[in-house]
Amino acid sequence: MILIVIVGLVVGAVAILLTALGNPANMGFCIACFLRDIAGGLGLHGAGVVQYLRPEIIGLGLGAMILALARGEFKVRGGANPLRRFVLGFLMMIGALAFLGCPLRMVLRLAAGDLNALIGLFGFIAGILVGIVALKSGFNPGRSVPQPKATGYVYPVILVGLLAALLLKPDFIRFSESGPGSMAAPILVALAAGLVVGALAQRSRLCMAGGIRDTFLIKDPHLLWGFVGIFVAALVGNLILSNFSLSFTGQPIAHTQHLWNFLGMAVVGIGAVLAGGCPLRQLILSGEGDTDAVLTVIGMVAGAAFAHNFGLAASAAGLGTNGRVAVVVSLVILGIIGFGHRLGGKASVKS
Amino acid sequence: MYKLDVIGLGCPHPCIEVKKEIDAGHLPLQVSVSVGAPRENVTRMAKSSGLNVCEKPGTEEGVYILELTKA
Repeated sequence: MILIVIVGLVVGAVAILLTALGNPANMGFCIACFLRDIAGGLGLHGAGVVQYLRPEIIGLGLGAMILALARGEFKVRGGANPLRRFVLGFLMMIGALAFLGCPLRMVLRLAAGDLNALIGLFGFIAGILVGIVALKSGFNPGRSVPQPKATGYVYPVILVGLLAALLLKPDFIRFSESGPGSMAAPILVALAAGLVVGALAQRSRLCMAGGIRDTFLIKDPHLLWGFVGIFVAALVGNLILSNFSLSFTGQPIAHTQHLWNFLGMAVVGIGAVLAGGCPLRQLILSGEGDTDAVLTVIGMVAGAAFAHNFGLAASAAGLGTNGRVAVVVSLVILGIIGFGHRLGGKASVKS
Repeated sequence: MYKLDVIGLGCPHPCIEVKKEIDAGHLPLQVSVSVGAPRENVTRMAKSSGLNVCEKPGTEEGVYILELTKA
């Protein structure tokens, strides 16, 4: 338990450091936002204010890979319904961009006094509870099987390619000149932060959804301590730096539409339980050789591109009509994925 | 000895399957589990349920055999 608390504290502290060094407010780490920025940097969407190849994402995957290799835990596997994992990644991104943050940023926002994140947390918990009901009703997770070792290096090679593109800045890579995408900690600091947090998250299995899920499902609050650690460290950091302001309004990169903050994070909660982990955890699993997790990450990137191409993402003004429809459709699709087996009669638990 | 194979299952399914067996009184139980989070999670859950856990490497790479017995 001590390890997971320490990891949480370090992640929270590193997040505050990254914000102090230039990352957008309450966005020391945000897996959804950073993948969205990467999608923009690659030109997969045209929202000029959110385009940057975030080195934190590169570091998280490579840090997890290095530690997994060192500990004999780099095991290349996949095949547990990969298309479904892609869809779950896609939907988690739609939900996260309706709320404006992944579960990790939700905790960081909470630690800065953003009460909209509290509404998001309620939605996240509600989503996790729905996910648990799906698991108990006989949701078939599928089984992964060993895959050729080389397959496991596809994701790290992609990350190294992104790093090369970030450093060499070829013409086709886009960099925001204003907005959140233009705000970033120095590359080497952000990369190092990603490597450290990636390794720590690999070692401790840190998962923002796992703690709440396991507490309700198997009465095991172990992972919840990571969640608490991040909150405490970020809260202390924000108080020291005078970044704490308890309110709904005037919060950075946030909106005050309670229903859509709630439902957006509910989408992420259900998706995270059905996918076996939150967005952060998917990045770590990808680094460990889990190719289904890689497809979840690619699904998140695709979801971000769609969200910004079709006006599904929220802004500080709130969530528009397109985004509202997308959140409702996401909930329906998640219902079909989570409970579809009940439509066909008997449930099958094992593959 | 009861046997259960949870190799290749993602979180939290290994724990769910093992818990079902424990609750059904199927002890001692031999669980085949993947390295990484499943191995740690099943071990932690079994110990918190008051069981002894004896671990040995499986025949396949990346697989461990956990023997859960009453304390």
